[in-house]
Amino acid sequence: MSVDREIAVDYLARVEGEGAMYLKLRGDEVLDLKFKIFEPPRFFEAFLRGRSYFEAPDITARICGICPIAYQTSACNAMEDAAGVHLTGGLRDLRRLIYCGEWIESHALHVFFLHAPDFLGYESAIAMATDFPDRVQTALRLKKIGNQLMTVLGGREIHPINIRVGGFYRTPTREELKALVPDLEWALEAAIDTTKWVSGLSFPDFERDYEFVALQHPDEYAIHQGRIVSNRGLDIPAEEWGEHFEESHVAWSNALHARRRDTGRSYHVGPMARYSLNFDRLTPVAQRAAIDAGLGDSCTNPFRSIVVRAVEIAFACEEALRLIGGYERPTSPFVEVEPRDAVGHGASEAPRGLLYHRYAVDGEGLISEAHIVPPTSQNQLSIEDDLRAYVPGRTGLPDDRLQWELEQAIRSYDPCISCATHFLDLTVERE
Amino acid sequence: MVIGVGNPTRGDDAAGLEVARRLRKVESHQQVGGSYELIDLWDGADEVILVDAARSGASAGTLHRFDASDRPLPGGVLATSTHSIGITETVEMARSLGRLPGRLVVYGIEVSDLTPGAPLSAPVESTVNRLAEVLDHA
Repeated sequence: MSVDREIAVDYLARVEGEGAMYLKLRGDEVLDLKFKIFEPPRFFEAFLRGRSYFEAPDITARICGICPIAYQTSACNAMEDAAGVHLTGGLRDLRRLIYCGEWIESHALHVFFLHAPDFLGYESAIAMATDFPDRVQTALRLKKIGNQLMTVLGGREIHPINIRVGGFYRTPTREELKALVPDLEWALEAAIDTTKWVSGLSFPDFERDYEFVALQHPDEYAIHQGRIVSNRGLDIPAEEWGEHFEESHVAWSNALHARRRDTGRSYHVGPMARYSLNFDRLTPVAQRAAIDAGLGDSCTNPFRSIVVRAVEIAFACEEALRLIGGYERPTSPFVEVEPRDAVGHGASEAPRGLLYHRYAVDGEGLISEAHIVPPTSQNQLSIEDDLRAYVPGRTGLPDDRLQWELEQAIRSYDPCISCATHFLDLTVERE
Repeated sequence: MVIGVGNPTRGDDAAGLEVARRLRKVESHQQVGGSYELIDLWDGADEVILVDAARSGASAGTLHRFDASDRPLPGGVLATSTHSIGITETVEMARSLGRLPGRLVVYGIEVSDLTPGAPLSAPVESTVNRLAEVLDHA
């Protein structure tokens, strides 16, 4: 007779924010499994109410120090959508360019410092630095280059201050952008080399039949706008997010669980989803790096997401170089966005996956309702499904090994727990 | 060079930043957020003084001083971060990479009130003023 066995990690390391994992087994059977987010709720949606439409990008940027551009972009997209405005030309290019900086910085952090130590058997990137100094130096320089791009366009790298509804407060000169080219060329080569390196790590034999959900654009690898598509035939504009996805509260998490409305099942957002849905739209050098790394045109092994992230660093560098090469400074740093009584929807691809915003705004431009759906809350159910599928057949592993692999599986999502924390039942009424 | 580290919106956690902000005569830098960036920031510097918040359990305003030039910082004193690595880890990473400044002295100011939006508490502000004065005349 089997004895019940528990594996509990009270405080997950190398994730952004505070989370835990709990697993209860009987033999090969998973009796209970929870990916817990216990970081306190943050009430952003509640305190956006009554604020100006114009403040949404700067307020929501504060949700995350790792992916502020994602929040600013989705918020701007939503407010511009509400006003019927669409950015074109140089302003559109700049919005995409600053997002490339965030992908480079965030992915470099995850690939080298959060995820690689798992594969190499280190507790942390600090321990790894002694044996792999060149890799860690590469990581630091890649992060710096991503930060520089964000600083030149955004004023500073954390919570940039130069992004506004309708564009920017100030646009960079051609010379300011051209100065970034040598570093970005180095970064592209470094990313190709990194892709090669991480593709040689050893990956657990594990594939899942995910429903991948990501933005898609006809002409480019989608970052800052596009339609929401899936490999199960979904193809909708951002404003239909609520018709196809739903969120629910579970007792063990301060983040809402999202699932597909029609099937009630989990879905997967993030680099693997983007890559698998948009492989043919990758820039040529990044696509070549992916093929050379043996990836194929889709990836369904979550542990291999480290390779996909490396490919996306190469893509972001290549795309940034392309955008800088064709840059003409716009005649005005922004277009006017007049508020009107409307609901606006905005979506973009945060480094961790689809980030959806919806705002109701009145004729004065005041926000009456805000709804923010970060990638990590969308992935929670998929993370739990992964763990549930991973355990059977591996229960012969000793606890510490099994725990290590399960933590590694969670980290392959690059969960941003601080972004995901949420609280459902808060109502403030004032007379 | 003096580098102050901290979060400007979390009460006493701004202690290091406030020391850097008060300096007039020596080169200073206020570093908000990322710790990894410190390694680039002090690149090529001969001598760096780092000021951060500390939480060791001592009374608020207590000043800790460590010379990290050739030995690790003690654990459990300086503040940690859930988004990035802490100062202690950053220093060790820099040491492994051979990227520490020639001399690195770290001051930790013991904090008490980390309430979002709060000003510095009185004992912390007093230490901040005193340390800033000493560093500015060093």
